[in-house]
Amino acid sequence: MNYLGIALEKPKVGVFGFTGCEGCQLQIANKEETLADLLGSIEVMNFRLISSDKHDGYDIAFVEGSITTDDEVARLKKIRDQAKILVAMGACACLGGVNNLRERFKLTDTVKEVYGTHPVDTGPVRKVADVVSVDIELPGCPISKPEFEWLVKHLILGLEPQFPQYSVCVECKQRMNTCVFDMGMICLGPVTRAGCNAVCPHNHLGCWGCRGPSDEANYESLLQIIEERGFSEEKLAERAHFFNAFSGIAALPILERSEN
Amino acid sequence: MKINFDTPINIEVEHIARVEGHGNIQIRIEDNKLAECTWEVVETPRFFEVMMKGLSIEMAPLLAARICGICSISHALVCARAAERALQIEIPETAKKVRLLAKHAETLQSHTLHLFFLVAPDFLNTGSVIPIAKTHPQVFEIATSLKGFANRASDLIAGRTSHPMVIKVGGMTQVPRKRQLRNLLDELEKTLPYLWETLDFFRDLTWPDFVRETEFVSLRGEGDYPFIGGDLLSSDGVRKSEDEYLSMTNEYLVDFSTSKLCKLSRDSLAVGALARLNNNYQGLHPKAKVVAETLNLKPPAHNPYFHNLAQLVECFHVMYESKDMLAELIDSDNSEYAASYEVKACQGVGAIEAPRGILYHYLQIDEAGVIERADCVIPTGQNHANIHFDLQELVPELAAKGMGEQEISKRAQMLVRAYDPCISCSVH
Repeated sequence: MNYLGIALEKPKVGVFGFTGCEGCQLQIANKEETLADLLGSIEVMNFRLISSDKHDGYDIAFVEGSITTDDEVARLKKIRDQAKILVAMGACACLGGVNNLRERFKLTDTVKEVYGTHPVDTGPVRKVADVVSVDIELPGCPISKPEFEWLVKHLILGLEPQFPQYSVCVECKQRMNTCVFDMGMICLGPVTRAGCNAVCPHNHLGCWGCRGPSDEANYESLLQIIEERGFSEEKLAERAHFFNAFSGIAALPILERSEN
Repeated sequence: MKINFDTPINIEVEHIARVEGHGNIQIRIEDNKLAECTWEVVETPRFFEVMMKGLSIEMAPLLAARICGICSISHALVCARAAERALQIEIPETAKKVRLLAKHAETLQSHTLHLFFLVAPDFLNTGSVIPIAKTHPQVFEIATSLKGFANRASDLIAGRTSHPMVIKVGGMTQVPRKRQLRNLLDELEKTLPYLWETLDFFRDLTWPDFVRETEFVSLRGEGDYPFIGGDLLSSDGVRKSEDEYLSMTNEYLVDFSTSKLCKLSRDSLAVGALARLNNNYQGLHPKAKVVAETLNLKPPAHNPYFHNLAQLVECFHVMYESKDMLAELIDSDNSEYAASYEVKACQGVGAIEAPRGILYHYLQIDEAGVIERADCVIPTGQNHANIHFDLQELVPELAAKGMGEQEISKRAQMLVRAYDPCISCSVH
């Protein structure tokens, strides 16, 4: 592989899944028109979803999913030890994602509801950075394949990836979408980091914040819009905490925890 | 069963590759006896039924989609259907058609991913599809053309290939414009030759010869090949309404699986492409029937490896039925695609044929439209026990034929893979 006449080395890549839906890993196998190029520009060392070939040692490890068991902690630490760069991939890995919705309930009640008295190995939901150091967070639920390719290109070239600092609203306006607030829906586009090309508002669904907060997000202004449009705090809370993207943001209402 | 095989066999496959999620195969043959043969499901639980509680009903399809990255369209649809049946919402005809189109795109995406990326490497003696891009460029081109078309169709119809945003309680948030539908139809027609080339490739493969009589469960067709809703049918003669899904699934727990297992008239049952084909063969699109005949696939087929062939037949069914539906949608008035509704305290069940088999969701909501209880029964959860019992019959057969560890391990992994298990889904 050549870039500006300079031979580039193929990075050794591992892709790993933890507690999640494997949808982010699946995106890597999508975008078929450039799939052969992508696979040709990296050396896949370990990618269990699509390959039974297994080797150790990674320049880049992509990690999908939340961490919920001791076994997963051990497996993740082993991956961290072998990886030069560890990328947390997708909302479950970066934020805890939808898995965090069960943190509203006591773990013992949760297990009882699904498994009764049957013992099962589980634990609190942790994002990858709660367990090991993370070098890069690739956001989204699921990740976007073009952004994955963009990141891989940067890593091959040794460039630092700069994710957009601005909000989804910028990309939404660039696509000339009708504002979903004007369609009577609630939207977190004003405070969510761009990079998804406003794919949800473009499909007439308000943003859910899967990419986490944008830099210098103006929450006061969002709250003002929410109030003006007559949406309740509960509706805002369940949306803002759907992916656990805004935990710790004092300006936003919190999602109620179960008293049971 | 006495195996008559002197060398002890010890096979441990940890986290079997080329399947979705985490499962292990444990096989031990000692003193001419099968000492252990287990399909272990070790996926970590996610507790979606608990996550659902306390959320508004309109969030449910969006959360349900996150159960599975591959069949998220099915999860969103079945969840919306459960809510709509609970609230007695009649969705507009256009929404019904567009939803089925989205489902067909998902089925094509899922089946082609499975057949080419997950199964074909076993036959081409590689670990993955990656070397196939170089060694068999024409196979790679067919695979990416078909899967690419399926994904672009999902993008257009459902908004995205994983975690669709257009499926909402009451219908759709939007439907494609006529110009977009015409372009999609053009692209579909250009993709059809690749589909026929797929048949050439898979027809020439030799499938393992293994038969175990199985009870197959699916939606019940009435001259059609149903994917969304209706009565439930087992090949052993059980027939139930959609609401009676619990009596078709009978979930139970075992200590070697974090997924619940299911049974009906026997120790285990099977769902998926082969179950649908066996139960609803007459409803297949005529072109798909031609393909089934070419492959010599006739109901009742009890070789589990033929799940793969049934998937191939279904690729033809969904492509040709989509072609007909696109032509219809181009000529129809598509201006109504969502029904409005009022929330009330109620409960409802939805059943749908996801790519890997029949999928059920149940929702109970309160008078404010907040979810009080949810239940999901996943296709792979219904298949796990069948995989387990298949292995217990397959392994002694192979050992009796004198096969060694390596070959038995490969056949056992191919058997698991044939069911296209979505293990993380099953341990939702």
